[in-house]
Amino acid sequence: MLGRILDQVVRREGTRVLAGLIRLTGDFELAEEAFQEACARAAGAWPREGLPERPGAWLTTVARRCAVDLIRRRRTGALPVEALPEPHLPEPVEDPADISGVEDDRLRLLFVCCHPALAQPAQVGLALRTLAGLSTREIARAFLEPEVTTAQRLVRAKRKIREARIPYEVPRPEVFPERLEAVLAVVYLVFNEGYSATDHPGLLRPDLCAEAIRLGRLLVELLPGEPEARALLALMLLHDARRETRLGPDGVLVPLEEQERRRWDRAAIAEGTALLDGAVAERRAGPYQVQAAIAALHARAEKPEDTDWPQIAALYGALLRLAPTPVVELNAAVALAMAEGPEQGLPWIDRLAASDALVGYHLLPAARADLLRRAGRVDEARAAYGEALRLVRNPAERGYLERRLRELG
Amino acid sequence: MQYIFLIYGDEKAWAKLPPGEMDDMYGAFRKYSQALVDAGVMRGGSELKPVATATTVRSRNGKVTTVDGPFAETKEQLGGYYIVDVPNLEKALEWAGKCPGARLGGIEVRPLVES
Repeated sequence: MLGRILDQVVRREGTRVLAGLIRLTGDFELAEEAFQEACARAAGAWPREGLPERPGAWLTTVARRCAVDLIRRRRTGALPVEALPEPHLPEPVEDPADISGVEDDRLRLLFVCCHPALAQPAQVGLALRTLAGLSTREIARAFLEPEVTTAQRLVRAKRKIREARIPYEVPRPEVFPERLEAVLAVVYLVFNEGYSATDHPGLLRPDLCAEAIRLGRLLVELLPGEPEARALLALMLLHDARRETRLGPDGVLVPLEEQERRRWDRAAIAEGTALLDGAVAERRAGPYQVQAAIAALHARAEKPEDTDWPQIAALYGALLRLAPTPVVELNAAVALAMAEGPEQGLPWIDRLAASDALVGYHLLPAARADLLRRAGRVDEARAAYGEALRLVRNPAERGYLERRLRELG
Repeated sequence: MQYIFLIYGDEKAWAKLPPGEMDDMYGAFRKYSQALVDAGVMRGGSELKPVATATTVRSRNGKVTTVDGPFAETKEQLGGYYIVDVPNLEKALEWAGKCPGARLGGIEVRPLVES
């Protein structure tokens, strides 16, 4: 029981406590170690002494003491380490939420974790570890890698933060937009790994989606003036609203047009749409706003045939100008085909295939197959489904492609 | 004429040196630095932290990108440098040959462009 409460406290207030500790000690690794130690002590003390009145403040105070102890221990350790800071930390504050600047600590932490001097897998790992409060084991499980790999990556990243002195600060205005882009990218990467897991049976990792949405909420809370942060949260909520309907009882992917729309999560759609409206009202366009707008148009259509494909095709055109990538281009081609007929989109897809930009990407032949099927070009469709099947890895998507191929006879 | 000594070596091997040998190497570097100073040719130098702390920055069309890691992954890594001011390459190579770093890895000696 108390273990669950401790988990909740750590989830709710852990980032705040840890962020404050990093500012006080100036050492990411030390702060984390002290924080872990404080949590371990809480697990021992709380069942004995009862839950403290302000668990977050309790953790902060104890973690500070642990940090001082750790600094002392490092000093007297066998290895003569480089000059260490004086173990005099400022007096504990009663409630970390009371002092101003604490929110800034979390914001700093966010930007340190997603600093471009760290490789992206390390950014993702650090964000999940320190901002979402996931354990190393949970992160390893999420990315289907041995725990020791995750642990090493985190250790290396923290060491680099210290050794190369990545500053614990909110980036200066000149680089703020691109640093924000990196932060948003990390959160969206976590969501996408949850939404269409590469290797995982069952396509979905709802746990990862939930973590990404939690991080998205944190971003909106910390960066209220950023429309793209709100749009990213909107985008994730709008996608997540369809989660329950994306897989059939047989574990096979159900495409958008066959999903049971009554079962879409109306509350998530309403929240996502409201967030998007607020973001768009700021009149600073960005790629996440466009993507959320596309997702909102899908969510709004009560029946597949109600989908406003011309508008979606126009939005993909806008997205292509903001974020010109081959994957966006593929989506733009499909939207055009849906708006104006398959024969309008196919030449574009063929050009993309010829350009070699998406070699090995199963969704290119899959999209081509789908349009060929709609155009009644059965033999070509069959060949394209076969090609997609050779590339696809996720079993749920494989099942869907196999079904289509069977239906063609 | 100024030359830079780029000291390359396998940093993993360096990190695995037994403590005694490591101390000897640092002692040798200190002596070598002092010799450069005494000869009046020392213009600067430093050991570098491991490549794991490296970050590479590129600017293309006004857009600056920053990535984790060294410019190129190599078998031997740049671990430190000296800048010396000597009359000619012969003198530079002579000094470089005495550098303790030459014993473990290799020293790339390059003249600086005179401004």
